[in-house]
Amino acid sequence: MTAWADRLGRTGRFLWSAWSGLAALSLLAALWQYGHEVYGDFILPAPLDTLRAMGAILSDPAAWDIAVLTSRRAVEGFAVSALAGAALGLAAGYSPATMRAARPLVTVLLGVPPIAWIVLAMIWFGSSDGTVVVTILIASSPLVFVGVAEGVTTRDRSLDDMARAFGAGPVKRLTTLGLRHVAAHLFPALAISLGTAFKVAVMAELLANVGGIGGELARARANLDVAGALGWVLVSVAALIAFEYGVVHPVRAEFERWRVAALPWGVKR
Amino acid sequence: MTAALSLSGIGHSYFGRTVVDRIDLAVGRGEVVALVGPSGCGKSTLVHIAANVIEPRRGTVARGYRRHGMVFQSPRLLPWATALDNIAYPLRITGVRRAERARKAREAAARVAFDAADLGKYPVELSGGMQQRVAIARALVVEPDFVFFDEPFTALDAALKRRMQDLVIDASRAAHFAALFVTHDLMEAARIVHRILVLDVAGRGVAGERVLEGEPGEREDRAVFERVQSFLHDDPLFRHIHDVDERKVA
Repeated sequence: MTAWADRLGRTGRFLWSAWSGLAALSLLAALWQYGHEVYGDFILPAPLDTLRAMGAILSDPAAWDIAVLTSRRAVEGFAVSALAGAALGLAAGYSPATMRAARPLVTVLLGVPPIAWIVLAMIWFGSSDGTVVVTILIASSPLVFVGVAEGVTTRDRSLDDMARAFGAGPVKRLTTLGLRHVAAHLFPALAISLGTAFKVAVMAELLANVGGIGGELARARANLDVAGALGWVLVSVAALIAFEYGVVHPVRAEFERWRVAALPWGVKR
Repeated sequence: MTAALSLSGIGHSYFGRTVVDRIDLAVGRGEVVALVGPSGCGKSTLVHIAANVIEPRRGTVARGYRRHGMVFQSPRLLPWATALDNIAYPLRITGVRRAERARKAREAAARVAFDAADLGKYPVELSGGMQQRVAIARALVVEPDFVFFDEPFTALDAALKRRMQDLVIDASRAAHFAALFVTHDLMEAARIVHRILVLDVAGRGVAGERVLEGEPGEREDRAVFERVQSFLHDDPLFRHIHDVDERKVA
């Protein structure tokens, strides 16, 4: 009962904190407006015009299908890379030999620019969903891998000893201690890799010409429709924000209640 | 009567360096035994071996008890779990149902006089003494008939230490568990145990033992103090008790 009251209070505080977020966005809009007044309509359309363009896009049901298509690709790629990265990260964290072998691979994978992967994926998969998903997988799974492996290696071994003293086998120690500790490192990595997934999805769509928001951006560029291009950018950012604040943040808050308890009062409010 | 715990010929080494060797000791049922010795003589290693945390290189451990609990030097609480969930953790390992876990954890908390109002707090919100209370409750929640204590009160101040010692004395009398209590504080040992075992300076066997008169908890403070003074000044067994070898502290 108290847990639900606690959750309600947390949600209330979270929504209230949106005011400060709104203030920051208003500041960005003000700068944008200034840029518009200096450079004119063609180079940088006014924020309100862009919002209107976005409104026009969103009032068209076909545009929703396009936004959903991109979001679906991004979330698919994100899910695959989260699973692959987390599984490999766990393996590497618990086995130093795997870690030694995996480190240089991660460096190589992160070192190759995503754009190069898009070109390769286009050659391998042609113009299909596979191109987008594979590019996301390669671009964002190393982030999750590093986060999880880091989590496993920084676990508190004295807690492992404690659990062993109370008769916990390796599986119980993994499920009750290891995974719980890794979760704290996993969520920041997931938030970053989700952002990467959306960005890479749009980029891959633009280059591979497979429709979606990226495809619409390519068309806007061809028509020199700057307001339309910015409108689509807003749509893709909105899709990312909706997923991050609707799914990733609530789950993380549930896992990190104890961290909030550790904060001094002034930081909490 | 078989012993609650007996170690025979125990030896262990880390990276080729022998820490303890040729240790034989036995703890009877319901008996509280202190294991003392200078810093770095392998007391901690020995109690970890006895509690099945470390696998010994040599020798055998025979356990005649049903179930053990353990209290460590630092509380070793799960930072992400509330006090209640921390106390219930050993029950979670053994697969006890959630409602049953909460009920038993509340009972264990009451046994160590931990305020029920604080059970929903996280370890970061508790003082050092309260954290150690949670750790003791966690050891008692499994209804053990043997408890291992690894220098549990070293980090606490004198008054708190005394209260915790009383807690252990009361709990051991009420639940009648046997215990192996590692400490380097002779006063502490003389207050709460039946028998003191002194480990050899280099961890080569048990140097000797002294049986204390009377029951723990019924001894006069004055008598305890004098007994410890006589140990320290007149008894050759305790000559090296305050020697420190920092290199060997592990």
